[in-house]
Amino acid sequence: MSGSQGTPPTHCACTIRTEDLCRHYRLGDTLIRAVDGVSLEVRSGEFVALLGSSGSGKSSVLNLIAGLDRPTSGSVIVQGRNLARLSREELSKYRLHTVGMVFQSFNLISSMTLEENVELPMRFAEVERGKRQNLAHDALERVGLVARMKHRPSELSGGEQQRAALARALINRPQLLLADEPTGNLDSRTGTEIMNLVRHLNRQLEMTVVMVTHERALAERYAQRLIFLADGKLIGDQANRSAAGEIKSQGERS
Amino acid sequence: MKLPDLTELALRNLRESVLRNSLTTVGIAVGVASLVAMLSLGIGLQQLASRRLVKSGLFDTVLVTSRRDLRNFGREEQRAGPAPGESRILDEPARREIEHLPNVLEAYPDIRFITELRYEEKPHLTMVGALPSSARSTDAFDGMQGSFFSSETAAEVVLQKSFAEELLGKTPQPGTDETKVAELAAPLLGKELTMRYAQRAVAQLQRPGGANAHAGDSAGKAQGSTSETAYSVISREQKLRIVGIADLDPESMRGPTRARVFLPLRLAESLHVMQPTDLREISRAAGAEPVYSSISVRVGNPTQVQLVENAVQKMGFNTFSILDATRSLRQFFAVLDLFLGIFGSLALAVASIGIVNTLVMAILERRREIGIMKAIGASDGDVRTLFFAEAGAMGALGGILGVALGWTIGQAINFGTNIYLKRQALPPEHFWSVPWWLVAGAIVFAFIVSLVSGLYPAGRAARLDPVQALRYE
Ligand SMILES: Nc1ncnc2c1ncn2[C@@H]1O[C@H](COP(=O)(O)OP(=O)(O)OP(=O)(O)O)[C@@H](O)[C@H]1O
Ligand SMILES: [Mg+2]
Repeated sequence: MSGSQGTPPTHCACTIRTEDLCRHYRLGDTLIRAVDGVSLEVRSGEFVALLGSSGSGKSSVLNLIAGLDRPTSGSVIVQGRNLARLSREELSKYRLHTVGMVFQSFNLISSMTLEENVELPMRFAEVERGKRQNLAHDALERVGLVARMKHRPSELSGGEQQRAALARALINRPQLLLADEPTGNLDSRTGTEIMNLVRHLNRQLEMTVVMVTHERALAERYAQRLIFLADGKLIGDQANRSAAGEIKSQGERS
Repeated sequence: MKLPDLTELALRNLRESVLRNSLTTVGIAVGVASLVAMLSLGIGLQQLASRRLVKSGLFDTVLVTSRRDLRNFGREEQRAGPAPGESRILDEPARREIEHLPNVLEAYPDIRFITELRYEEKPHLTMVGALPSSARSTDAFDGMQGSFFSSETAAEVVLQKSFAEELLGKTPQPGTDETKVAELAAPLLGKELTMRYAQRAVAQLQRPGGANAHAGDSAGKAQGSTSETAYSVISREQKLRIVGIADLDPESMRGPTRARVFLPLRLAESLHVMQPTDLREISRAAGAEPVYSSISVRVGNPTQVQLVENAVQKMGFNTFSILDATRSLRQFFAVLDLFLGIFGSLALAVASIGIVNTLVMAILERRREIGIMKAIGASDGDVRTLFFAEAGAMGALGGILGVALGWTIGQAINFGTNIYLKRQALPPEHFWSVPWWLVAGAIVFAFIVSLVSGLYPAGRAARLDPVQALRYE
């Protein structure tokens, strides 16, 4: 995975841009504004943290960027493509090739072994079987789980599951890693382990990372920029000033 | 997704909830089994019936008569073409011509006459018929004691069971058990009969009252003469050896077997026995070539009967076959098959509701899994085809199992029934038939029914909103 993507990301100023993004839910006669006019930009290769209290709309914004959901109004433009204009089929291809997702609850398929889980996106991408097995093996090796590749998720610790999920998210070499509270279910030590992996991907592979979290400390330690949401609105967008800690933690990496 | 991946994924998903999926598969299997069982019973019965019918020689035989023959005013008669009197004579050249028509196996004259047979100095008057050697294979001689004629010209006879009883002076008492053919055969086989018959001899340019030109024992001699031609009738005797006793139900006697004593065909022809037709053929008895009252034409296959009939009619003869009877029989079996098939399909319909239920349950259970697959890049089509493949796999598996099950049930019933038939001292029958097209058809049918059943669940799975599916644990 030495940054040899098929199509190198165009190093324009931004790879993600949302314009007046809205996602409203109607429950009976009340309108819930989960995302309400969010305009933000993420540059290529940037590590951005989305911060906010519970219910502020962080996951909703992330799902809109991931193409899992469609905005009520406004637009999401990723690498020059307006996701709102893509068909369902094109959107699934976008999720398959451009985006890698990691969730708080890992979301591995419980009936499949780690190897099968990691292989699954390549099945949808119609990668050849032999190639698939090699790639899955390599990906699991990189997260230190080769010995456990025939195990099912339930037989693994949370940290191990999240590492497997990370391997799966990266298997189709996406340019974009979207993480929704990736350390939310982990203790701080395993959380650090995961975050170091993410930062490595961001630094070494120039992968754009958008991470949702409600832990300000975590965001300050790893992210280059912090975006704050409250009640579906953007209330703050600032560069991370504790860059020193960032460099220090890079040195900590094993 | 590629097909091998798809099937692999589908099968592993099926293995995940083995109990539920195997119950559904068994449901399909039972449906397919009942479909196969019903249809193969129908087909088997049909084959049994048509095997019997073909063997009886009724359905591959066309009876040809001359249009001149006034006896043949029947409603089945096909009357067309020239009026009687101008039409062709049914003689040897005509027979040969018919025999050379396509699809015709053989054409042989029907020789049948009433004459006197002497056995142990006692005369018995009866109907004598001639049989071609091909008659050996008809079911008329299924339970025969002794053997069939050693050759087409052998001076041998096969007796009808009832005539054998008459010769031995046994008359079956109504109510008592029928006498076994074997009992009749023991004293009769190898014995000699003397047949006394009237030979028709052509006596050309013979004037009435002419000299007894024929040397021989002419006990009684009649002469007929109209124009220039004439023939004489000479009484003759022929010794015949009994070689076989046929266990033929007199009720079912028909066609060439409608006689009580049988001679080989060539022998009968060479005897030139005076037949009833001859009286009316006086004016035409021009040459030494015989004129026949009727000819039986054996056709290669019952389906070709109509073709042969048409060809023979074009030659200017009347034809008769029991084709119409087979047609209505086939119709009956088609209706029977249809009904059996409907019942079988009902069973399969119940099974397919099982598939719908299983897959809808699977969607509820695997909501999250579907959400995950979509989040990592599965398209609607991927999810749909995956559920489709699961339905199809259950269908194909159920189909294969069902065919095996149906076949086993069929074998068991066949076996059981044959034990019963054996107890009743009846010959075993194979009335259960699973043709290859039924095997293939049942599996394909189960597969298609499953796919159709999977249509709704697969569509629902494909439309599932991934955000909703992933929201709650
Ligand atoms: N399908 C839905 N129907 C109605 N309301 C919804 C729906 N999905 C989300 N919401 C609402 O939208 C708001 C934002 O939800 P979201 O999941 O984006 O919050 P969040 O910032 O990710 O919170 P948390 O930190 O707890 O994960 C919430 O108030 C939520 O109740
Ligand atoms: Mg959230």
